[in-house]
Amino acid sequence: MKPFEYARATGPAEAVRDYTPGTMYLGGGTNLVDLMKLGVAEPDRLLDVSRLPLDGIEEARDRVRVGATVRNTDLAAHPLIRARYPMLARAVLTGASGQVRNVATVAGNLLQRTRCTYFQDVTRPCNKRRPGSGCPAIAGDHANLAILGASDACVATHPSDLAVALAALDAEVHVTGPGGDRIVPMPGLHRLPGHEPERDTVLAPGDLITGVELPPPPPGASLYRKVRERASFAFALVSIAAVLDVAADGTVADCRIALGGVAHVPWRAERAERALIGGPATGEAFLQAAEAELEQAAPLPRNAYKVPLARNLIVATLEELAP
Amino acid sequence: MNRVEGRVKVTGLATYAAEYPAENVAYAYPVQAQIAKGRVKRIDVAQALELPGVLAVLSCEDPPRVAEDADPELALFQRRDVAYRGQFVAAVVADTYENARAAAAAVRVDYDPDDHDVRLSADHPGLYRPDVVNPGFPTDTAKGDVEAGLAQAATTVDVTYETPVLHNNPMEPHAALAFWDAEGRLLVYDTAQGASGSRAAIAKTLGLPPDRVRVVSRHVGGGFGAKGTTRPQAVLAALAAREVRRPVKIALTRHQMFDVTGYRTPTIQRVRIGADAEGRLTALEHVAYEQTSTLLEFAEQTAVVGRVMYATPNLRTAHRLVRLDVSTPSWMRAPGECPGMYALESAMDELAYAAGLDPVELRVRNDPETEPEGGLPFSSRNLVGCLREGARRFGWERRDPAPGIRREGEWLVGTGVAASTYPARRMPCQAVATVRDGDFLVQVAAADIGTGARTALTRIAAGALGVAPDRVHVELGDSDLPRAPVAGGSMGTASWGSAVVRACEELRRDGREGRADTTEEIKRDAELARHAFGAQFAEVRVSSVTGEVRVSRLLGVFAAGHIVDAKLARSQFLGGMTMGMGMALMEETPIDEEFGGFLHRDLAQYHVPVCADARHVEAVWLEEHDDALNPMGSKGIGEIGIVGTAAAIGNAVFHATGHRVRELPITPAKILAPRF
Ligand SMILES: Cc1cc2nc3c(=O)[nH]c(=O)nc-3n(C[C@H](O)[C@H](O)[C@H](O)COP(=O)(O)OP(=O)(O)OC[C@H]3O[C@@H](n4cnc5c(N)ncnc54)[C@H](O)[C@@H]3O)c2cc1C
Ligand code: SF4
Repeated sequence: MKPFEYARATGPAEAVRDYTPGTMYLGGGTNLVDLMKLGVAEPDRLLDVSRLPLDGIEEARDRVRVGATVRNTDLAAHPLIRARYPMLARAVLTGASGQVRNVATVAGNLLQRTRCTYFQDVTRPCNKRRPGSGCPAIAGDHANLAILGASDACVATHPSDLAVALAALDAEVHVTGPGGDRIVPMPGLHRLPGHEPERDTVLAPGDLITGVELPPPPPGASLYRKVRERASFAFALVSIAAVLDVAADGTVADCRIALGGVAHVPWRAERAERALIGGPATGEAFLQAAEAELEQAAPLPRNAYKVPLARNLIVATLEELAP
Repeated sequence: MNRVEGRVKVTGLATYAAEYPAENVAYAYPVQAQIAKGRVKRIDVAQALELPGVLAVLSCEDPPRVAEDADPELALFQRRDVAYRGQFVAAVVADTYENARAAAAAVRVDYDPDDHDVRLSADHPGLYRPDVVNPGFPTDTAKGDVEAGLAQAATTVDVTYETPVLHNNPMEPHAALAFWDAEGRLLVYDTAQGASGSRAAIAKTLGLPPDRVRVVSRHVGGGFGAKGTTRPQAVLAALAAREVRRPVKIALTRHQMFDVTGYRTPTIQRVRIGADAEGRLTALEHVAYEQTSTLLEFAEQTAVVGRVMYATPNLRTAHRLVRLDVSTPSWMRAPGECPGMYALESAMDELAYAAGLDPVELRVRNDPETEPEGGLPFSSRNLVGCLREGARRFGWERRDPAPGIRREGEWLVGTGVAASTYPARRMPCQAVATVRDGDFLVQVAAADIGTGARTALTRIAAGALGVAPDRVHVELGDSDLPRAPVAGGSMGTASWGSAVVRACEELRRDGREGRADTTEEIKRDAELARHAFGAQFAEVRVSSVTGEVRVSRLLGVFAAGHIVDAKLARSQFLGGMTMGMGMALMEETPIDEEFGGFLHRDLAQYHVPVCADARHVEAVWLEEHDDALNPMGSKGIGEIGIVGTAAAIGNAVFHATGHRVRELPITPAKILAPRF
């Protein structure tokens, strides 16, 4: 582990001002410190933002603002979240373990890095960790990697459950940085790997996430479901966050579907949504929509199971949500 | 009985190997090979030596002295050849762990890499027939004529199963702390499943007489076989301490444990069985293909289970190995029986379906009079009793055998059964019992690796002395104590307990002291087939949407002689069964074909069951009276719990879905692949 300095930020603006290349913001450290021990992250300096006064969950008219340093446990347990966004609470609770969630922050969760095994091992090549070194996952171990939106350079997935729920809820990520304040709408925070797999997100150096804003809960019923071979404490093979609103005449008034475990980003299934809205809320329509979405899938030999898995999951979840 | 050391453990007072305080202690950190095969051209330590706190670098550039006949996995830094990725090629010794680790990263190793081969297959050109398989069984056996038996069968199955690399993953990492005294005597606090054996192995590796070495392992945080033989960390601590003339401590990281502390070999197993119209076996053939390293031969005894389980006139078992550029496989809970019974008991289930017979009934019909291969009489055998009792408790008679027809919403429900078996052995052991302050001190170099051995021996000694357990103090985990065999092969309690009982009997006669050595007694043991048996029943739910498998019920019924302590036994059975569930559904260490070595070397990637997976796991046993075992009448129970579990679960998955997965683990990917 490379020696580093540690400092505690005094405020969001101060943190950004204090940022220098080589600095990394520190949240709960549950991902970053692991990666430092592995030699994957080698900051010169950690700027601890976990104690910034960004730990509130507040109502602002019909919206809810969640601070960046709110711990995952507190987010999932908060009455406002449980009452209005139960799907979000459920997504958070399916992540990691109680101990990890007690420490992990909202911002840190969104910015956690891929669990691709090569990425985590500095003795092996990886384009994301060492640009240009190659992507051994494509010929090797990719059983839990991407089927959608991957590139020849990288087939990693983003592992967060929280991000998938936020993508379905059209949440906004609030960012402050050297370039000023801005709002990044989900799922736009994360980017596809393309030729620059080293860049997970659209954030620029020094950008600090200050919070997440949730628009009013969409009408209809919602659900988060996560698939894994172990009953708890495992990353998703595939997960789904879905909202379905069916009108009185049986047609789909509104629909949001986001998938986890399938791409470098929380994958908003826009094709499926478009196919469904205005049409009948039937099992057949759900299947056609799922297939329309997954037509774009480009699976590898060992993750091809994710295509039927995602398809089944979309159909079963929408069926469960349909009245 | 509650653990006698329970209080010191839960209050953090129990001292494990890496925790002993030592003045002026230095730390060793290994440098690992980054190629899978080839030679070390040059090791440049100049930069590492300049770093703060660095005391020495050990490597093949200046090989430390070890015995010529040392085990090649323990003869550190003797050769330039790299046998596998992750092998220790150098080590840094420094004043702190952090400095040692930082300097290890600064050691420059140049390699001449060769092409490597890390992939096991049943048609590998390098397959060969080892002379014997562990721990000394014949490699192949043949009785009758299997082809003829198959030809006359009314029903046959010919199926191949695969099991992956599995890692033991004890909670406590492998660690050691070594001291040399001025007279050249060595003391090692080691994470060993046997202090006597560890002393012998370390002494042999260093070319020292055993009486110059002492190994202490008072508490060990799990081993499951991975600490059954001495691992490199103990030798490295000793070599490093000799080099820097200070005590040296080492604790392996989880990654390093995956690399150098052994694993269960992957297996490919072909099983052919024939049965007549009544379901009696006309032939059984079991051939296992497995790997070992280029350094050492480790021949897992996977196919021996067929020699014990079922009556058949025509029986063939065989093992083939291939030497790959991998670390040497090693002992893991129920080596041989565990993977072997997965294949045999899955095949028996396939046969039951093919023959239209109930799988419990099929096994009952083929229960042998004497051991099928050798013909020896069994000292006791209660497989049928376990099957019947399990069937009764599990509600088996209500089962409809038709696969793929029970649904609860999206969940397909199924049940399965499999048999368990494990040998009941004992080994020569010594023990001493003395009166101390009016109470009793019992000394034996046994090991308590979390199993409760200390507690079991306390109870055994109290019984033999006719006193309350709280008047007995058992001292173990030190090679200075009377010599004892390893905590392995499910023979710990049987071996140590025999010596403890004899020592206590002697003490009762003598009034002050009793000394025992069971070598002669064991030589006189009658020639019998001694095995524990069991039956495991599983109920699973398989999602027709996601392919997830959840085990809603697991029941094990065991016949393992006299159970010394119900509480300890139950936790051994449940632990074994839960580990078997991990093998069935999630455990697997992928081999990196491109770069060699293993992928998924941490517990976030190598999944073992969590509490949410073990929803309803139950273990019960039949009291068994068997005078031909040992003074306690006990059979080992540490391993049988994992034997058969994976088959029971796999059979239940078939019953639920109608789809047979023949490669472990049974993941959603494999469930989804052909079916939904
Ligand atoms: C064994 C294990 C299992 C897990 N399983 C799951 C799972 O199933 N599902 C799941 O979703 N997650 C899972 N996780 C991941 C866990 O959720 C993340 O580690 C955690 O959410 C990260 O939060 P943190 O606050 O600790 O982030 P840190 O580790 O502190 O930081 C992560 C990244 O975010 C950056 N960062 C932190 N705060 C800010 C900020 N305010 N602005 C800008 N950048 C910032 C850091 O620089 C760093 O790059 C698991 C983790 C472990 C160890
Ligand atoms: S998939 Fe991405 S993260 Fe994984 S090895 Fe390839 S480049 Fe690296």
